[in-house]
Amino acid sequence: QAGLADTCSVAQTPGHDLFGYVGIEAVLDQMRRKTMKAGFEFNIMVVGQSGLGKSTLVNTLFKSKVSRKSCSPNYEEKISKTVKLQSVSHVIEEKGVKMKLTVIDTPGFGDQINNENCWEPIVSYVNEQYERYLKEELYVNRKPRIPDTRVHCCVYFLPATGHWLRPIDVEFMKRLGKIVSIVPIIAKADTLTMEERQEFKQRIRQDLKANGIRVYPQTEYDEDPEDRILNDKIRENIPFAVVGTDKEHQVNGNKVLGRKTKWGIIEVENVAHCEFTNLRDLLIRSHLQDLKDVTHNIHYETFRVRRLNESNLTGESEGWREKNRGGE
Amino acid sequence: MTTSDVAQGDKNARPLSLSGHVGFDSLPHQLVNKSTCQGFCFNILCIGETGIGKSTLMDTLFNTNFENFESSHFEPKVKLRAQTYDLQESNVRLKLTIVNTVGFGDQMNKQESYQHVVDYIDTQFESYLQEELKIKRSLHNYHDSRIHACLYFIAPSGHSLKSLDLVTMKKLDSKVNIIPVIAKADTISKSELHKFKIKIMSELVSNGVQIYQFPTDDETVSKINTAMNGILPFAVVGSSEEVKIGNKMVKARQYPWGVVQVENENHCDFVKLREMLICVNMEDLREQTHTRHYELYRRCKLEEMGFTDTNPESKPVSLQETYEAKRHEFLGDLQRREEEMRQMFVQRVKEKETELKEAERELQGKFEQLKRLHSEEKSKLDEKRRSLEDEINTFSKKKTAAELLQGQSFNTNANLKKDKDRKKAPNDQGLVRVIIENTVLHTKQKYNLFDGQQYIDIQDVFNCPISELVVLPGCLECSLLNGISDNVWKLDLNLFNFNSADSRIYIFACLLKNMLFTTSVYYIA
Repeated sequence: QAGLADTCSVAQTPGHDLFGYVGIEAVLDQMRRKTMKAGFEFNIMVVGQSGLGKSTLVNTLFKSKVSRKSCSPNYEEKISKTVKLQSVSHVIEEKGVKMKLTVIDTPGFGDQINNENCWEPIVSYVNEQYERYLKEELYVNRKPRIPDTRVHCCVYFLPATGHWLRPIDVEFMKRLGKIVSIVPIIAKADTLTMEERQEFKQRIRQDLKANGIRVYPQTEYDEDPEDRILNDKIRENIPFAVVGTDKEHQVNGNKVLGRKTKWGIIEVENVAHCEFTNLRDLLIRSHLQDLKDVTHNIHYETFRVRRLNESNLTGESEGWREKNRGGE
Repeated sequence: MTTSDVAQGDKNARPLSLSGHVGFDSLPHQLVNKSTCQGFCFNILCIGETGIGKSTLMDTLFNTNFENFESSHFEPKVKLRAQTYDLQESNVRLKLTIVNTVGFGDQMNKQESYQHVVDYIDTQFESYLQEELKIKRSLHNYHDSRIHACLYFIAPSGHSLKSLDLVTMKKLDSKVNIIPVIAKADTISKSELHKFKIKIMSELVSNGVQIYQFPTDDETVSKINTAMNGILPFAVVGSSEEVKIGNKMVKARQYPWGVVQVENENHCDFVKLREMLICVNMEDLREQTHTRHYELYRRCKLEEMGFTDTNPESKPVSLQETYEAKRHEFLGDLQRREEEMRQMFVQRVKEKETELKEAERELQGKFEQLKRLHSEEKSKLDEKRRSLEDEINTFSKKKTAAELLQGQSFNTNANLKKDKDRKKAPNDQGLVRVIIENTVLHTKQKYNLFDGQQYIDIQDVFNCPISELVVLPGCLECSLLNGISDNVWKLDLNLFNFNSADSRIYIFACLLKNMLFTTSVYYIA
């Protein structure tokens, strides 16, 4: 229930002054309640060569065994011959908030000798999800809640070479950056020293700019100056250098997540060691809704415009080719 | 934003427990923050008779003074007046649109009253649908004008609903969330009010009117909503004036017999209405409008236009395919009509062509006929000419014969005279001297013609009436000679071009058609 207190209006032209309490702000609570009841969906895709720690990172991010590896009972480490996308969904709950998390894995990406066009299955997967959503949206009898399988975020794993972006990285990010929000990260960053890390990051940023690759958060979608300041800080720091693990060790009497090596324990959640927390904060704690919004309002709309224009001009879709010959 | 209903448990997803704090519990906050930045939209439609207190109630509800002006009772039709206001409370911005019906229930014939309201609501749905169907659309920036709540003001008669009320509400219940309120509730006593409410609700139920029910599925608010559902319709009193009660200023209406306090729950249900409408269920009203009423409208509209999800063979058909099929049909139609028009045109042209050909043939026929006539006449004339020439020839033969006879006697004389006359030739005074020699009568006459005197009387020359006159050379016709009708023959010499000293014209005069006489006329310049 709304409290009886206070707060009269802030006069804002051309607004109206409220002489006393009305209770409009209770709508925030109402909205919160409704969304909590309905639950959220989040679809995250991880892309990178095998052995870069994708599954481990996803498990660390969501503090549970959400990756495909952990779910399949008879999982064998095999390098697949083609890029096959596999998705696994879990429902996780925290403090009353339910989320259906779908992790889309891309085994086989970048693992072949000839990696040309290895992004194609991924591009078609992303577009397929948009297509599915569009179809549902166009039905006459629509479902009250359209199931959202669109990829909200694509985490791209860069191997910690310390040099520049490789051709496969450039090609992939160029193409996917147009249709989905890409968050590039430096995987297994514990092989880089701090200086090497900074240099590497700078080179990557330069490379990205030089190739016209847009990664999340994109500058064009900043909504107001506050957003811009916040996002600028993030943009200065990408790609995040992360380390993932699911093992806990004792450090200074506390249990921390970390990787134990002969030369020390790399604390995953220590900002001095790696940027895992930054990534987690970005993806989950502050920008999750924004990722979904950008996917829905921008990427999906772009797809929709292109798709609807295509079908208007060329009539390309199942079975209308013959019909349209005469019409044009 | 649409999200899957996770609470139902997706069969594709397994529940999993977390071993630590991840942090996505901030999601609702993230979502709410975004919405706060964008602002909220809420549209209320107030339906009720003129003067029943709609504007006052709105003022009281939102604790502000909207610019209202009293409407007259003499509106010919029901009009809807929409006004948008930007309100802000703490950090929440609300774009509130209040739509008032002007003149509702004032007309003598109220049959059309509800139609304008229905049309208005449909128009708002339609514009949203149009935006949604656009190729380039901006739904998250779209100013939603669909009506989220409809407050229906019932007049406090204490008896039952008017038929206009029933009819209007029945028409609107599938299009908008109806919340009935009893207006000016301070005119009804408590017991009457109770009976009135029961009567109203039973009438609504028996007529199948579906008013808005406050949602009872969320445990947080189900108790209060269920309770409120039982108190519908709310009996409200509105007031923007304040009266001092105790040591506080409260909104109230002052009567000689007491003060009706608006915010006193014992006096009226105003506070309950405000709670329900704004504090507890505003979001639900918006959601219901979008997911139920708007979807229904959309479905009906699309089906009307001929779109279905499955074609006659029950195979799923996408909107795009239907659209394409329709477009193709339409284009085919156009083509057919074009063909038809073209054929009609061709046919008309042919018809016209044959008509013209007919006309041409006719004309050709006429022309040929005329030509024939002409050639006939011409041949006739030619014949006449030939006969005339024959006559001339015989005449000249006769003449030469006669001359021969005369020539023997007067030969020398005539020759001498001729010579003499020729020697006299040049007359340089511009005088025309004409000598007429009558070879029959052997006379000669001299005429001096000055300018102006032109005529020579032939009858003078012959001294007898003349019936016919032929003049050579040339194309002289009798019309050159004047006085034909009076038998007076005058020769107009100006008509001849006398150039040389030896110009002669021969005049053959026919006396009474018996004999040919000749006269020679000489010209001496």
